[in-house]
Amino acid sequence: MKQCKELAKQIRIDSVRMTNHGRSGHVGSMLSMADMIAVLYEKILNVDPKNPKMPDRDRFILSKGHAGAAVYSALAAKGFIPKDWLMTYYCDNGKLMGHISHKVPGVEFSTGSLGHGLPVAVGMAIAARYAKSNRKIICMSSDGDMNEGSTWEAIMFAAQQKLSNLTLVIDYNQVQALGHSEEVIDLRELKPKLENFGFAVKEIDGHNLEEIYEAFSNLPIMNDRPSAIIAHTIKCKGIPALEDTVKSHYGFIPDDEVEAIIKRIEEEE
Amino acid sequence: MRAVFNKTLLEIAKKDPRIHMVLADIGYGEIEPFRDTFPERYYNVGVAEQNMTGVACGIAMEGNIAVTYSIANFPTLRCLEQIRNDVCYHNANVKIVIIGGGVSYGPLGMSHHSTEDISILRALPNMVVVVPCDNYEAEAATHAMIEYDGPLYYRCGYKGEKDIHSGPVDFKIGKAITVREGKDVTLMFAGPIGLNVLHAAEMLEKEGISCRVVSMHTIKPIDKDAIKDAAENTGGIITIEEHNLSGGLGGAVAEVVCDEGLSPKAFKRIALPDVNVALIGHQEWIREQFGMSAEGIAKQIKETLK
Repeated sequence: MKQCKELAKQIRIDSVRMTNHGRSGHVGSMLSMADMIAVLYEKILNVDPKNPKMPDRDRFILSKGHAGAAVYSALAAKGFIPKDWLMTYYCDNGKLMGHISHKVPGVEFSTGSLGHGLPVAVGMAIAARYAKSNRKIICMSSDGDMNEGSTWEAIMFAAQQKLSNLTLVIDYNQVQALGHSEEVIDLRELKPKLENFGFAVKEIDGHNLEEIYEAFSNLPIMNDRPSAIIAHTIKCKGIPALEDTVKSHYGFIPDDEVEAIIKRIEEEE
Repeated sequence: MRAVFNKTLLEIAKKDPRIHMVLADIGYGEIEPFRDTFPERYYNVGVAEQNMTGVACGIAMEGNIAVTYSIANFPTLRCLEQIRNDVCYHNANVKIVIIGGGVSYGPLGMSHHSTEDISILRALPNMVVVVPCDNYEAEAATHAMIEYDGPLYYRCGYKGEKDIHSGPVDFKIGKAITVREGKDVTLMFAGPIGLNVLHAAEMLEKEGISCRVVSMHTIKPIDKDAIKDAAENTGGIITIEEHNLSGGLGGAVAEVVCDEGLSPKAFKRIALPDVNVALIGHQEWIREQFGMSAEGIAKQIKETLK
């Protein structure tokens, strides 16, 4: 778990630096899933930086594409892309665009408009089953992504098809673009909703590395249906002044605050 | 035409295990043979066109060919962003097939008229747009669609269309087919409206007007050579399509005329006007109301050539 903790810290630090340097936003969305991204790339996903298109690799789809910088950070740490690409994020003639892009080695699918990731992940799960492959298909969703009708269309169909090779992860930080989710679209108790739609569901603390590892290494939850992991997270986790705020969805950390924030992240136990 | 499409696809799929059909609860009476022959390659996602398109993209990205299929605007405009962001951006091998191009489903009303699709789909990077006109083209276009690697939109007619061609055609994407030769004007059409165009040409021949008739079955990439030849070697170009006047075949041809600096002696676009068609009636009756019966087309041609 030490490696996961170090990678999670690196993702948080890179996310702060990249968004500051690029003068972009969504740092809160990156930090809320940083721990899960770290565990996925360190311990769970069967992917190979030397062969990013390895046929039987696991497929990871980030449906909350606005948080792509966190994945770029993990890809740089694991050797899929050079580390010096990170500071070209959001810059003219850069290597890394604001929303996650399949033009980057190691990225399966481009998103950015919400509601696109899960339907494609369902298609990939069907193709894996057709190819008789045991590869896993994991799709990371968010509060906003769960507002989209197309996400629920895909949930219904995945259950109908009993796609046990598919896992939907919800980075459930309860904040979306214009407010706290309970003020915008209150999904209330998501677990019984998803269970009624035909998923097997596990709830975890999305910042507890052990719990994350335990959940992801015991998939599928049930053999006859798709899995969902509801990860209870805190928007912008790791920057106390911005935690659980709508503001952290926008803007970047000001120049004069970056080093103090990074120092705090580095020193956190 | 839809029966020819489905029969042809089924035959191709018997030899090509990459072909999957992804439906959104539409296709009764036509898709059952595919479903029963290839249950492991047939998916009905329910009434959910966005998911149909996303699922098809995911299937196609894994080395398969995914065909989405529904009527009118359902698999195009309803899920346009999935076509743009998922299919076209990733250059996924997805084929989008509609049954009922234009006002084929006449009395069902505006919701079931596909009259802006050509314009909208051809604006998407990586998308090929094919509009077969009769059973011969429908069959050949199905083969071409599967042979082509990448996103393709196939605008099919409905049922009972009479043939325009007299036999099998040499169908190549991006290469127009001349149906009859003529010198006074070139009539460029797309889709089953071509039968009225052919009849109009036959009427005009009796009045001493010689029409070249060309099936522009591929709107994108458009056959520039055919347009250039029509502009230089006949007395003008008239386009005819069962589609809104904005941005369809006529717009595509006009773009080539302007961009290539061509100077046809006459030019006109015959199409549906820029209105939501709220008339109640069958396809041929609606065509007639908008001057697109054979007689109506002949009349507009004569007025243009005056």
